[in-house]
Amino acid sequence: MRISREDVARVAELAYLDLSERELETYRAQIDEILEYIGKLNELDTANVEPMAQVLTDDQTADATLREDTVVPCGIAAEILKQAPDPEPPFFRVPKVIER
Amino acid sequence: MTAPWTIDGVKHALTAKKRSARELTTDFYININRRNPELNAYLELSPERAYAQADKIDALIAAGKPLPALGGVPVAIKDVISTRGITTTCGSKILQNYVPPYDATAVARLEEAGAIILGKTNCDEFAMGSSNENSAYGAVKNPVALDRVPGGSSGGSAAAVAAGLAVASLGTDTGGSIRQPGALCGIPAMMGSYGRVSRYGLIAFASSLDRIGPFANTVKDVAAVLQTVAGRDANDSTSTTAPVPTYTHEITKPVKGMRIGIPRDYFAEGMDSGVREKVEKGIELLKKLGCEPVDIRMPHTDYAIATYYIIATAEASSNLARYDGVRYGLRIDDPTLLGMYRKTRGAGFGPEVKRRIVLGTYVLSAGYYDAYYLKGQKVRALIAQDFRDAFQKVDVIVTPTSPIPAFKLGEKTNDPLQMYLADIYTVTGSLAGVPGISVPCGKICGTLPVGLQLFGPAFGESKILQLAHAFEQAGGASL
Repeated sequence: MRISREDVARVAELAYLDLSERELETYRAQIDEILEYIGKLNELDTANVEPMAQVLTDDQTADATLREDTVVPCGIAAEILKQAPDPEPPFFRVPKVIER
Repeated sequence: MTAPWTIDGVKHALTAKKRSARELTTDFYININRRNPELNAYLELSPERAYAQADKIDALIAAGKPLPALGGVPVAIKDVISTRGITTTCGSKILQNYVPPYDATAVARLEEAGAIILGKTNCDEFAMGSSNENSAYGAVKNPVALDRVPGGSSGGSAAAVAAGLAVASLGTDTGGSIRQPGALCGIPAMMGSYGRVSRYGLIAFASSLDRIGPFANTVKDVAAVLQTVAGRDANDSTSTTAPVPTYTHEITKPVKGMRIGIPRDYFAEGMDSGVREKVEKGIELLKKLGCEPVDIRMPHTDYAIATYYIIATAEASSNLARYDGVRYGLRIDDPTLLGMYRKTRGAGFGPEVKRRIVLGTYVLSAGYYDAYYLKGQKVRALIAQDFRDAFQKVDVIVTPTSPIPAFKLGEKTNDPLQMYLADIYTVTGSLAGVPGISVPCGKICGTLPVGLQLFGPAFGESKILQLAHAFEQAGGASL
């Protein structure tokens, strides 16, 4: 077994995700099978391989990531706030945050 | 059965005044209202916006002005792509009532080019799935066989075009989500190179993989739509400045002498015999067109699924952290903030999304990061190298799009790993960032479509469009 029920519960807590008892067990079994399959990557020696974090090379993104810092009017703040479940313009309201 | 609509067909009907843009839009809505209850391809229609655009096109025609590239062409947009004022759910309950306050760049560009946006198409929740059965709003049915899946995750976009309920559509492809439903529904479908099309306004799943791309009834129309949406966008720093060729012109260039790589690693076990037969016939047809087949090796192919499901889930777990019940979407109340987060996310996400968030969080968590995520990134580099090596020898790589044709609804829903394994031929190109197109390559027993997939080198879209166009013109769809 690669992943225990406690592991799944811990990870769900890290992801702020409520899972029922039944979900915990279903996902544990399914993810266990997936991790077993993923284990095949260990057949490959990657000691001297640089990890690939993204596709584009520097020369493709250098221009793209550095642009003039210009102010562009947006003007959709009211529309954005309208999408909130509990807006208090100009704020988003959340339950009291004092202790965990 | 009448021939499917094309962009040229629409423009001809409009300029010859056989139909006004308004009438044409009505025709499409009538068909949608008739067929959609069964197909479930559309989640939301946008008639107000569509008719406003149609009237603009009709005014151009009345004034005798030329039509823009996609003038009057009815299109559909996958529901993970933001549309100002039109509900965009991502196929998820967590965004059930979300109305984006702005348009994705790809949507804005389609509309600037004259396209008429009919509505939003169904998809697997947050684009996670290969069958469209993970939508919170019910599965899409494959128009060619109603008891079968249309493929996923862009199943609604594929089904809408294949059923004649849109002339073209936009989907998104993270591990095969455009190409595979294109193959299963029997229409051309394409993802450009990573960085080719702006993702501004695309609701993110896995940012190092997500791409926007077109479905249409012909390769030429796929080329026209890609050309319209491609190119640098200041709002997406991953969109590149690489020039956008006139793909509709590029496709007419001859393909004789093109070297096509046949990776034997893709023709190993696990492929349906009917798919194999059609794809082999497809390769024969390419030879008849003057292409030179080259036997190539892509030795890391067998590791692509494992790599993909590490990287995609890791990125998803991070991207989906934003759904917290504060700024948009569902909120389930709780006296504490963290309780509100947990309940909202537990109630709002469906099973596949939860499974991927748990897996993605796990592979990124302390103690497992090196063993899974870092390992995945390293193998990804090896897979990308396989492609670079292959393109030293060949112009285009030819593979099946999917190892199996459209499967029955419900057939694979209880076994996520089996569902993942069906992505074997598409995820490789996703990881490498290269462009890929699926083009119809016959039908098994005359009904179930097979797709032939063509990969090109990064920013080599012209080559694969050219070859796909030649293949289609030579009768590839009826092999």
